[in-house]
Parts: sequence; C-alpha cells; structure tokens
Amino acid sequence: MNKYQSRREFARKFGKLAIVLPVAYLSVSLARKATATGYVWQIDPFKCTQCGLCKTNCVITPSASKCVHAYEMCGYCDLCGSYLRQGVKTISTGAENQLCPTGALIRKFVEEPYFEYTVEEKLCDGCAKCVKGCADFGNGSLYMQIKQDLCKNCNECSIARKCPSKAISRVSAAMPYLPKGNSKKNQGK
Amino acid sequence: MKKRILYIIVCFLLIWNTSLIAQQQRFPKPDFESGYAYPEYQMPLPRNPVWEYVDVAVLIGALFATAYFAIKKHSRKGIIGMSVFSLIYFGFLRHGCICSVGSIQNVSLALFNEGYTIPLTALLFFIIPLLFALAYGRVFCAGVCPLGAIQELSGIKPVILPKGIEAILAAVPFIYLGLAVLFASTNSQFFICRYDPFVGIFRHNAPYTMIIFGALLLLAGIFLNRPYCRFLCPYGVLLNIFSRFSDKHVAITPAGCTNCRLCEKSCPYDAIIPSDTIQNSEKPEKSRSRFIIFILLVPIISGAGSFIVYNLSSTLAGVNSNVRLAREIRLEHESGIQAVSQAAITFKESGESEIELFKTESGVIEMYKKTTPWVGLFLGLSLGISLVSLTMRTERTEYKPHKGKCYSCGKCFEYCPVEIKT
Repeated sequence: MNKYQSRREFARKFGKLAIVLPVAYLSVSLARKATATGYVWQIDPFKCTQCGLCKTNCVITPSASKCVHAYEMCGYCDLCGSYLRQGVKTISTGAENQLCPTGALIRKFVEEPYFEYTVEEKLCDGCAKCVKGCADFGNGSLYMQIKQDLCKNCNECSIARKCPSKAISRVSAAMPYLPKGNSKKNQGK
Repeated sequence: MKKRILYIIVCFLLIWNTSLIAQQQRFPKPDFESGYAYPEYQMPLPRNPVWEYVDVAVLIGALFATAYFAIKKHSRKGIIGMSVFSLIYFGFLRHGCICSVGSIQNVSLALFNEGYTIPLTALLFFIIPLLFALAYGRVFCAGVCPLGAIQELSGIKPVILPKGIEAILAAVPFIYLGLAVLFASTNSQFFICRYDPFVGIFRHNAPYTMIIFGALLLLAGIFLNRPYCRFLCPYGVLLNIFSRFSDKHVAITPAGCTNCRLCEKSCPYDAIIPSDTIQNSEKPEKSRSRFIIFILLVPIISGAGSFIVYNLSSTLAGVNSNVRLAREIRLEHESGIQAVSQAAITFKESGESEIELFKTESGVIEMYKKTTPWVGLFLGLSLGISLVSLTMRTERTEYKPHKGKCYSCGKCFEYCPVEIKT
C-alpha cells in the first residue's frame, strides 16, 4: 500500500472512531433512561371536550377511538341525554330520535325505571355526540377512549395533533387506559 | 316570572363550561332491586411489547442477511429477495411504523425533553442500521428498509439526471433532517411521520393527500429511481456519513477491476466513481490554493448558515401548536381579529390562564432559539465540506462505488464481466 492509501486508511479509521464515540455515548446515555415497555396513545376523558375530531383524524377508518361506558357512573335513566337527541317531536325510541348517528348505543330495559345503555363497538365511529350529550345532560358516564387493539400506535398520533384541548398523550403501555369510574376494573389487566 | 328567570339562569350555567360539569353526578346511582349486576368489561390490551423486540431481532437478522448477499455472495437476486421480505414484513405486516427513518424524531425528542423517555426498541431501530452502515455500508437501504424496498422494486427504467440538478436536489435531505430534528426536539411535530409517502400504502389507510403523494413518487420512481431515498430521506444523510467509513463495502466486481468501463452507466443513482488516471494538467499551486480557500470558507459558510436559520426561529416556531394558539389569542387582544380556530375556542371556554399560555409560548421560542443555530451550523458545515470535496482530485485506478451514495442494491453486478473461476 503506498503512502496515499495508508494515509487514507488512517483517516478512515480515525473518522470511524470519531463518529462511533459520540454515537456510543449518545446511545448509552439514552439507553440508561429508556423504557422497556414503550408507549401507547390515550385520551384523558377529563380534558376531552367532545369536539368530534377523533372520528375524522384517526389514520384508520373507522377511528380507533370509541365511546366506552362507565356503568357505575350511569344513572340508568329512561330519559337519557345521550340516547335521545335534543329537539325531538315526540319522545320515543325511534331511530329518528336517537342521538347516535350509527345506532351504536343500545338501550335495554332492566327494571322499573332503569334502562341499561351499552355501546356496540363495531358500530361506534368515535363521533363523541353521545359523550357530549351525556356530559351536558347526564352523569358523564360515557367517555372517549382509544381502543388499543385497533390503534396502530403511530409514532405521532394524528388525532393528538389536532385535539383542541390536548387531551391525547402518550401513556405507558403497561397502563394503557385512563378510565372514568372504577379504575381497577377497567384497566384491561 | 321570577321562577322563569331562575330556570333560565340554571340552564345557562348548566350549558356553559360543559367540560367542568362532565364529572357532575346529576342523577343518583340506581338502586337495583332485581339483582342486576354491572357488566364486567375488559378493555382490550395493546400488542404485547415482546413483539417489538421480535421486530428488532428480525431487523438484525435481515441486516446480516443483506450484508451477506451483497458483499460475500455478490448476488443481486439475494438482495432483491431480502427487499421483498422486508417489504412484506416491515411494510405490510408491521404497517411501516416504527421505522428507522422516524426513530430520528424519537431520539431528538428524548435528548431535549425530560418528560419523554425513549422506548428501547425505538433507540435500537435508530442505532442498529447505523452500526451496520459503519461496518458494511448501506445494507439497510438495500434490503431492509421497506420504503427503499418499495422504490427499488418499482424502479424499472432508470434515467440518469444531470449532475447539477442532482447536486441541488441532494441538498433537500439535509434540510429535511435539520427541520425534522428541530421540530421533534421542540416537541412541535413529527415532521418525517407527517410527510411519509408510503406508510399509507402499508397500512391501507391514509388521507387522500398522502396517497396522491405516494403514488406520484412511485410513478416518478419508475424513471427517477429511489426518489425518496435520494432526495428526501433524512436517515439517508446519517447512513451516507456512516457508510463512508465502512471497512467492507459492496464492490462492483467480485474480484479485481479491469477497467473495461462496462459498468459506467449501470448505476441509476450515478454512484460509481470511475477510475481517473489522467494526469492533472493544472498547476499544483492553483489546485492547492483553491483547496485552501474552500477549507477557509467552511467556517464562514457554517457561520452564515447558523445565522440565517437562527433568524428564522420565530417563523419556524409557528409550527408548534402552543405558539400558534398564543399568537392567535394575542392577535385577538391587540387587533380585535376573532380567534375562531377550534383550539382557540376550546382554550377560551376552558378558562385556562392566558399568562400560562404566553409563558409556555416564550419557553418554546427559547428552545427554538437554542436549537436553530446548531441546525444552521450543520447545514452550513455539510455544504462547506461537500464543496471542499469537489476541489480534491485523487488518482483512482479502479471503478468503485461511492461509499456514501451507493445503496448496495447490486444493480451493477450484472454489468461486470469479471468472474471468479471455481
């Protein structure tokens, strides 16, 4: 090898070291603080303003954010503020009187005067109309959550970017839900 | 009359500030007599974190395999096979997220924000392809990156660009990298993820703008092969730099170069450096002085870059949503223009403190002012160094790929007539 090539070899090896050292330092200092479980995205139901952007901004269709029900908070009322829309002509359970545009809120008679309301997940598209109705006129037992089996766990959540009240943030994958009501029961453990 | 006024006031109070009353128990807990039990509902769990580590293992395996096929086996078929595998696994099965290109943002966010600790797998996705580039060249680009794979497999009719245009367009990834690091470290936006053209194809779902961008890029890629890799990929900047120091790099010929010149036009990315044995007719003093002038220009260009980008701080800070909101609110106070964006209305209704918002805004702008000089310095330094390399001329006796630009794709293999007799 002539002197030009050996000089170039030396420069190459030196450059390699000069690059590896800061990268190694950077990665070690980051790895010390790294988490093993990673993050998922979740909606804080106490910050959510039910604006409806969850439905349109999720990268998958239908949206991974859906309405869930904290049964322990529900009043089980006949006149439900989230089942019936405002301004109906006659109060009945006809489809034209329901607030949910996809009919995902199912009403079932339990006993006098209580009715159980459940959310049919396959029909819910995350528009948050029922959540708003429940918050305005009821107990607030319906709330929005991102379903972790549907969510693609994007590096940056598209809904989080648009959320006007900054309700969506990263949470540890070990505790992926921010529930209302009895938190232990609903953590999905 | 009095009762009606009271009724109206109560209704008004109930409708105003809905978020505050979301927790209010208006109706009492029901007293069930029929033995009704509240339904047990299990929330679905996210994907087991173990699978993320499986992805890292597949990444390492794929990198080793591609390096083997490119360097040891000298087989383009092997590289194509790895591309197909990576397209299927990292692209369509894993939906292209998390990818090494985007991991730059996670690392930037973690470095400058105490509130975010980087997931270990994101860090590994960032570091491992760089280490392989340091050892074997850009094998990540060749057979592992799903974005590279989709472009490689659709690049059928290569057209070589004039060098001038290529040089100008090759500056874009540097700017993209600088902006991505800037926006990620200030927690404003994940720039790379937002403008990723191919992730919509991988997860079969995207806003129509992303699909159009991806389709246009793939169409352009039929002729202008690997358009994202060459003119947009920010991770490619890092791989370019790291790959230049590699020991073992893919070679055009399986043995030695005979200077037959058959591979000259074979590289779609113009990454083959031909041999250059023509005597330099220029006076050595002239080339030496030109070289020194450009070396001296490097700090000047770096300083200028730093200065220019620093002065763009306040414009760039507009990307941050807190800064935008604060500016809207301030504009409303100063000139009476109503703040009508959803975020502004929600902010006003929530009754949050404006002073806090303005404090957050100035904190963000401070952070921009601290980061932009470094971004500008990096851009200026890159430009300066690339100009210096243009002034250097070395004698070369073999046709070799440019270690930084070569994607190790192996398209040149079939052009080389040299064979090893077994």
